[in-house]
Amino acid sequence: MHKVIKLDGDICANCASKIEDQIKKIDGVENVRVNAMTLKFTLDADDDKFDDILDESVRIFGKIEPSCEVLV
Amino acid sequence: MRDGRKTDARWQRAQGAMTKRQRAWRNRILVALALFVVAMVLDESGALTALFGTPGDVYAAFVIFLVPYLVSGYDVLALAFKGIIHGEAFDEHLLMSIATIGAFALVLFPDAGPHMAEGAAVMLFYQVGELFQSYAVGKSRKSIAAMMDIAPDYANVMRDGRLTQVDPDELAVGDEFVVKPGERIPLDGVVVKGSSQVDTAALTGESVPRQAAVNDEVISGCVNMTGVLTVRATKPFGESTVSRILELVENASDKKARTESFITRFARVYTPAVTGLAVLLAVIPPLLFGGSWSDWIFRGLTFLVVSCPCALVISVPLSFFGGIGGSSRIGVLIKGGNYLEALARVDTVVFDKTGTLTNGTFSVVAVHPSEGVADERGVAYDADRVLALAAHAEAFSDHPIAGSVRDAYAAGGDGARKIDDARVTDVHEQGGHGVRALVSEPSADGLTSASRAVLVGNDKLMAENGIDCTPCELTGTILHVAHDGRYIGHIVIADVVKEDAAEAIRRLHEAGVTKTVMLTGDREEVAAAVAKRLGIDEYHAQLLPQDKVAQVERLLADEAARGTDRHGQARHKLAFVGDGINDAPVLMRADVGIAMGVMGSAAAIEAADVVLMDDKPSKIAAAIRVARKTMGIVWQNIVFALGVKLLILVLAAIGLASMWMAVFGDVGVAVLAILNAMRCMNVKKMAR
Repeated sequence: MHKVIKLDGDICANCASKIEDQIKKIDGVENVRVNAMTLKFTLDADDDKFDDILDESVRIFGKIEPSCEVLV
Repeated sequence: MRDGRKTDARWQRAQGAMTKRQRAWRNRILVALALFVVAMVLDESGALTALFGTPGDVYAAFVIFLVPYLVSGYDVLALAFKGIIHGEAFDEHLLMSIATIGAFALVLFPDAGPHMAEGAAVMLFYQVGELFQSYAVGKSRKSIAAMMDIAPDYANVMRDGRLTQVDPDELAVGDEFVVKPGERIPLDGVVVKGSSQVDTAALTGESVPRQAAVNDEVISGCVNMTGVLTVRATKPFGESTVSRILELVENASDKKARTESFITRFARVYTPAVTGLAVLLAVIPPLLFGGSWSDWIFRGLTFLVVSCPCALVISVPLSFFGGIGGSSRIGVLIKGGNYLEALARVDTVVFDKTGTLTNGTFSVVAVHPSEGVADERGVAYDADRVLALAAHAEAFSDHPIAGSVRDAYAAGGDGARKIDDARVTDVHEQGGHGVRALVSEPSADGLTSASRAVLVGNDKLMAENGIDCTPCELTGTILHVAHDGRYIGHIVIADVVKEDAAEAIRRLHEAGVTKTVMLTGDREEVAAAVAKRLGIDEYHAQLLPQDKVAQVERLLADEAARGTDRHGQARHKLAFVGDGINDAPVLMRADVGIAMGVMGSAAAIEAADVVLMDDKPSKIAAAIRVARKTMGIVWQNIVFALGVKLLILVLAAIGLASMWMAVFGDVGVAVLAILNAMRCMNVKKMAR
C-alpha cells in the first residue's frame, strides 16, 4: 500500500533523514520518504501490516522531531 | 476522502503567514526578552549589589536570569530530556541545554566571572533563530507552493440539468465537463463544444494564447480565456498533464543532489565531532597543563553553542527546492536536485537537430521558376503554376516531401485550394528519385487542356529523362519540375529553423557552454548550412539512431578525458536535447537528458531529466543559468556558514570568543543563509 501523508510543523532535512532511516528498519516497509520541503511523508508498506507500521512511524516522528505533527 | 479533505484544510492553514504555534512561540520569546532586559538592567545598574550585598548579588542575579531562561527555553530543556530518554543523544536541544545549563552552573566556580546573562541570552537568541527559521522556511515553502499552484480545484459538470462543481478526481475518461472563461482546465481532453483561446502560461511560463475549437486537444492547467468550452476527458485527473507536472516537481526534492546528501552526512559527523572537541577542550588543558577549570569549561560550552549545523541543513535543501520550484514557473521542469547540480556543470550541449533547433516539419521555403520558358501557347511558368503542377503530380504520394508540396499549394492562392485528383492520371513513382504523372491544367477559356507529362524529382530523374536542370543556391531538398519535356523550375524544401534557435545557441555560449554539437540524420549540406547559420561548433550528419548514441558516447568520453572528480566522474557534464520522440536511449545516456516541446507527452516526460514544456530552445540556456545560480548560492552558504562556525570555534578555543559572539554568529549565519537560499526562487529574469 502506498500512502502520502501531510506533516505540520518544522522538520529539518537532518531529522527527516534520521526518521527515514529508522522507519526503513521496520519490518514490512518497502519504501519511505520524509520530504522536509514539501512536508510530505510517503510510505510504501505491506498491506496487512500497514496500520501497525504507520503507528510505529508516527511514534518515530514523535521521538526524533516532536515539533512535527503527522496529520494521519 | 472526507477526512483527507479536512487534513488538507489543516495543512493549508499551517502554510499561512505565521501559524498559531509560531505566534505563541513569538509571544513567549518577547516576554522572555522583556524579562531578560529587566534582569540586565538590575544587574548592570548595581541594584542587586545594593540590595543583597556581595556575594549575595551573584545568587540574586542567578535567580533573575533564570526566569527569562526558563520562559524562553523550557521546551528546549523538555525536548532535551525526552531525547535522552529516547536515546537520541546528539540532538541540538540537548547540546543547547548543556551549553546554557553549564553557563549557569559556572556560578559554582567562585574564581570565574558570572555567566548567567550569557546562558539566558544564548537560549533566548537560539529560540529567536529557530523561530525565524521556522517562519522563513514556512514562507518560502508557501510561496513555492503558490508558484506551483496550477492545479484546478474543481470541474464543472452537468448534473440534473444544472452545472455542479465536483472534485476533478471524480471524473473518468469520457466524462464531459464545462470550462468557463477564467477557469483552469482540470483534465486533459478534447473539445466537444465551443471555441475559445487558452493560455498556457501556467505550464510554459509564457503567455501564448492558443486557439481551441471542436476536436482540438486541450491540456489541463491551461487557463480558458474567452469562450465557454465543453471538454470530454481523455485522461483521468491523476494522469493529466497538470497532475503529472505537480508530482514531478514535488518529487524532485526527493532526488537529492550530491551536495545535499553530503551536507546531511556532514551534519551527522559535525555535531558529535564538535561535542567531542568541546569535552576535550574542557578537560585536557586543566588536567594536563593546570589550566583553570572554569575558563576551559566555559570555552568548551561555547563550542557547544555552534555545534548545531542548522544553517546548512536548512538552507541547502531550501536552495534546491527554490531553484526547482522557480524554474517550473518558466516552463522548465527539473526532475531532481541531482540533475540541477549536473546541469550547472554542463559545458557541452548536444542537439538532435529535428524538433529542437528546427520545427521538424518539411516545408516549401522557395519556388524558383525558370525564366524565359513558356508552353506551346506562349503562357509563361510562374511560381504558382510550377507549384500547382508539382502538387498535382504528387497528389497520390505519401512521401512527407509530397505532403509539404501539397500543403504549400493548399496554403497559396485564397488559402483553400484543393488538389483536383481528376486532373491527374498515369502516376508512376520512380524509385526514390521522384514521380511522373500526366496532369491536365485548366486553361483560360474554362476548358481543361490536354494532359501533359509532369516530372517532379531530383537531378537524377531529370538526367534520366534528358532534361537539363539548374542547380539551386539554397540548401535543402531540391525538387526539379519538368512539364511536357521542358524544365520549368524547382521547389526548395527544408526543415524550417526555429526563430530563436540562433539566439539559443548564442545564449548557451554566453552562459559558459564551450561546445554545441548538432546531430542529425539529414544530409551533410543541410546540416552544414544549419550549423553555420546558427553558430554551432560541431555537427555530424547522416546519422542513424544508433550512430547518435555512439556520438554521445564519444563526447562523454571526451568530457571524462578533460578531467574527473574524485568520484571518477567527468567534472564537466554533457546535456543532450531531443524532442522526446524516439530519442529515449540518448536521453538516458547523456548526463542530463533534456526533452523539449513535450507539453502533454507522457513518454517524453518520463525519459528526460529536464523537461522544457514549450518548444523554445532558448529555455535551455535559462535552465543552465538557473542551475548555476542555485549551485552558486548553495556553495556561498556552505562556505559562509562553515567559515563563520570554524572561525568561532578557533576563537573560542583560544579564549577570544564569548558565548554572545557564538550565539550571534550561529543564529546570524542561519538567518543570512536562509535569506540567501530564498533568492533561488527568483528565476523570472533568467528566462529573458
